[in-house]
Amino acid sequence: MANESQNFDNILEIKELQTSFFTEDVEIKAVDGVTFDLPKGKTVGIVGESGSGKSITSLSILRLIDRPGKIVGGEIIFKGENLLDKSNEEMRKIRGNQISMIFQEPMTSLNPTYTIGQQIGEAYKIHEGLNKAEARKKSIDMLKLVGIPSPEKRIDQYPHELSGGMRQRVMIAIALACNPDLLIADEPTTALDVTIQAQILELIKELQEKLDMSVLLITHDLGVVAETCDYVAVMYCGKIVEYTDVKTLFSNPQHPYTVGLINSLPSHEEDIEGDLPIIKGMVPNPTNLPSGCRFAPRCPYATELCNTLPELVTDDNNHQTRCWIYTDEWNGSTEVKTYAERNS
Amino acid sequence: MFVFIIRRILQTIPVFLGVTIIVFSLMHLIPGDPAQIMAGESAPAEQVENIRERLGLNDPYPVQYWNYLSNVLQGDLGNSIRSGRDVTTEIGHRFWITVELAFYSIVLSVFLGLIAGIVSAVKQYSFRDVTLMLIALFGLSMPNFWLGLMLIQWFAIGLDVPSWIPFIDNTAWFKPSGWGSFQQIVLPVITLGTGGAAIIARMTRSSMLEVIDQDYIRTARAKGAKERVVIYRHALKNALIPVVTVVGLQFGGLLGGAVLTETVFAINGMGKLVIDAIQARDFPLVQGTVLVASLLFVLVNLIVDITYRYLNKRIDFN
Amino acid sequence: MQKEILKVTDLKQHFPIKGGIFGRTINHVKAVDGVSFTVYEGETVSIVGESGCGKSTTGRAILRLDEPTSGEVEFDGIDLLSLNKKEMRKKRKDLQVIFQDPYASLNPRQTVGEILQEAMSIQNTVPKEKQHERIVELLETVGLGAHQMDRYPHEFSGGQRQRIGIARALAVEPQLIICDEAVSALDVSIQAQVINLLKKLQKEYKLTYLFISHDLGVVRHISDRIIVMYLGKIVEIADKKSLFTNPQHPYTKSLLSAIPSIHPEKRRERIILTGDVPSPIDPPQGCRFHTRCPFATERCTREVPELRNVVTDNGHQAACHYVEDIEAGIMQPVR
Repeated sequence: MANESQNFDNILEIKELQTSFFTEDVEIKAVDGVTFDLPKGKTVGIVGESGSGKSITSLSILRLIDRPGKIVGGEIIFKGENLLDKSNEEMRKIRGNQISMIFQEPMTSLNPTYTIGQQIGEAYKIHEGLNKAEARKKSIDMLKLVGIPSPEKRIDQYPHELSGGMRQRVMIAIALACNPDLLIADEPTTALDVTIQAQILELIKELQEKLDMSVLLITHDLGVVAETCDYVAVMYCGKIVEYTDVKTLFSNPQHPYTVGLINSLPSHEEDIEGDLPIIKGMVPNPTNLPSGCRFAPRCPYATELCNTLPELVTDDNNHQTRCWIYTDEWNGSTEVKTYAERNS
Repeated sequence: MFVFIIRRILQTIPVFLGVTIIVFSLMHLIPGDPAQIMAGESAPAEQVENIRERLGLNDPYPVQYWNYLSNVLQGDLGNSIRSGRDVTTEIGHRFWITVELAFYSIVLSVFLGLIAGIVSAVKQYSFRDVTLMLIALFGLSMPNFWLGLMLIQWFAIGLDVPSWIPFIDNTAWFKPSGWGSFQQIVLPVITLGTGGAAIIARMTRSSMLEVIDQDYIRTARAKGAKERVVIYRHALKNALIPVVTVVGLQFGGLLGGAVLTETVFAINGMGKLVIDAIQARDFPLVQGTVLVASLLFVLVNLIVDITYRYLNKRIDFN
Repeated sequence: MQKEILKVTDLKQHFPIKGGIFGRTINHVKAVDGVSFTVYEGETVSIVGESGCGKSTTGRAILRLDEPTSGEVEFDGIDLLSLNKKEMRKKRKDLQVIFQDPYASLNPRQTVGEILQEAMSIQNTVPKEKQHERIVELLETVGLGAHQMDRYPHEFSGGQRQRIGIARALAVEPQLIICDEAVSALDVSIQAQVINLLKKLQKEYKLTYLFISHDLGVVRHISDRIIVMYLGKIVEIADKKSLFTNPQHPYTKSLLSAIPSIHPEKRRERIILTGDVPSPIDPPQGCRFHTRCPFATERCTREVPELRNVVTDNGHQAACHYVEDIEAGIMQPVR
């Protein structure tokens, strides 16, 4: 590849990505114009609730969208090249090699009929053309790397013989086998217990440094975001509503949705008197989204203006927010109760 | 796995006993007195009584069953009433003809069924899928004696081999009867295998469709595996698990179908033997054939279960 | 002193494992192994722990959804385990349960109205002519509308279905509701709504909750007292404040420290446990946590620690030999 040696500030740049699902007569815009950058060596989190389009965004990057879904627009620039221009065969060579992915359900993400060793070894066979013995040796090394005890024994076991945490370690071993530049982790710890989650997040962090990877972390868990990410994109109904560095997101959230989300999270670290602050209503039906700001029907500050879709506005600190409140046109209330204020 | 196989083999013992009880009782449920039949309709009463005594028909049922069972265990299935020969000898090579017929048919069913099922599933709702499933529906609904007759009509009688094709000096493509040569084998195997192929095709398709949606298929794709590998290595092995069970069950129907097929094609197999035996009220022979067929079925299902266990790693061997 | 509404004594739930050539019972999964606790009227007691700790099994055993192996479950002065099937069915009126997956527990072929009506009819709580009125009232109580009465479960979102589940539980006017991961499957913004609803209903109907959850944030918000389970045994019981601000058992400490925080800089130092939870088939001898405990000694591998008062006066109990030594800093983590 011509660009192999070139240095990029951003390993990944997503521009106006649009992925839709086509049912009988409606188009569901699961990802609707998503734009963000992933700086090299960093971890970017995409956080959102179900239906926000965060998982579809991640699957779109690897072009793993199945019918009736389709990427309908935008660009996915990986190391300077648009993945959407690649042939299927070129794309296949990138998957599991330069970009890898791990999924939410370690229980179901491994093939039950093959041993751990066969499944890790497959990656080496596909991308590095190694033979059985070489692949096995490297697979054992990989199992060691992800902290699986007695890898020589584990390698011949089947997935059902391993615990959930162990299986997720195996998934990580498969993903990292070919030393990818980018790891996409789609809710990697959601199905795991919290003590195991802590182990896995620690492992990903450690390997990221060791292998010089960039990570895109998809999660619904704000705590996980706070602990692992450098930058965060908050998604709601297929659109990014806020993008900033992780510190700013929690110290100074701007979008009313982000604020509401942080507030409604019951904390294990402090007592909240009385009711939890809530976001009223529920996520709108994806076939019938509001035409203006997607969050307007649930937003406590919404005005007439919100019937028009706001753009992502970037402030001086590169804090991007898709909300009219942060524009000059705004004339309504400016009191967005932040998390910090709630506690003061 | 070893423990499983042993356990599974032990489990066939009660099944075997059950089969012998049922087969033994058959003789007493069917109307007509065997002794009378053996002696001939106009035979004097004491001659019938003689035969009855000789066959042990006057003993209490449990004693008769016990005698029957111990004979069976020694490989003695009694003598045919009609020919007077050993039932085991009577069944003899006919057993192998039927096994051959069943085996080829199953192979054909599995081969066609798997291919059709996979091709359909990979392109769900495509023209190919719809066409194949329509054909499968036909195959499923067609009674196999009818299919057999039609095949004979077309390929053994109606359609002559064009004279410009060398090396075949027959007037027809295939032969309408008998067993042994390739030309004799083809039509009965197609006749008997079609229904199974249809069922396996439909089963494979639905099983594949289910498997293709699984997370580990997405993992395989995310790994960069070729689509061919994803389908044949990752999906098929898992999709086969329920199909294997169907194949086992299929075998029972196949034995039933063999009776019809052998009759239609005048094949001297066990199916035809049992029909003839029933018509002649040759009870020991009927008993013997039914017993052998049942044991064959039990054996095939034993193999199927072991295969299933081998494919399905998720079942704990302990 | 408050009234005891539920008293569980030495509850055990061992599930047999079949195997071998003859399919005999070769071992048991000791899912719950000698659990005792009391719930007082009007309070919320939570059971927390990771998968396999036996928290859900405890809930199911109390309800006799699975027959417990041994122990006593006293509800409102009556030993539930001594009741016959019919009596138990009647008693279920007072003990309701809300599950994690509301969709799986609602009959897809019944409308919401029918679901609620059936619940009432089974327990005969409301006379026929008043049922309609009561259904409307229930739906409004849980934040749904009367117009939604004729809809089927699939027409609702996850949060709404959980509200239907709650309405069904309320329909028979129970005293105790066991919430088994009742809000775990819901998105954060919806979860907050349902938690608020549960708290509101508790006040209005004087309900007692046994709240089973793995989410310690939710648990801190909703509970009065908390039970921490590990591998079928209780390792710590305390009131909410004492448990979260002053956890005593090494397992509770590491559990609390492992929860990701949105303020990582404020979080107490993380104690990452090594390894996995051992199998409940052959749980470790002595203290079940000793295989992962940073403080474990030889004694821990032999002696089962009893649950005992560890902090004076407030009923804070933990099952660890070395609570005081660890607290005083005499014992240091060895791994």
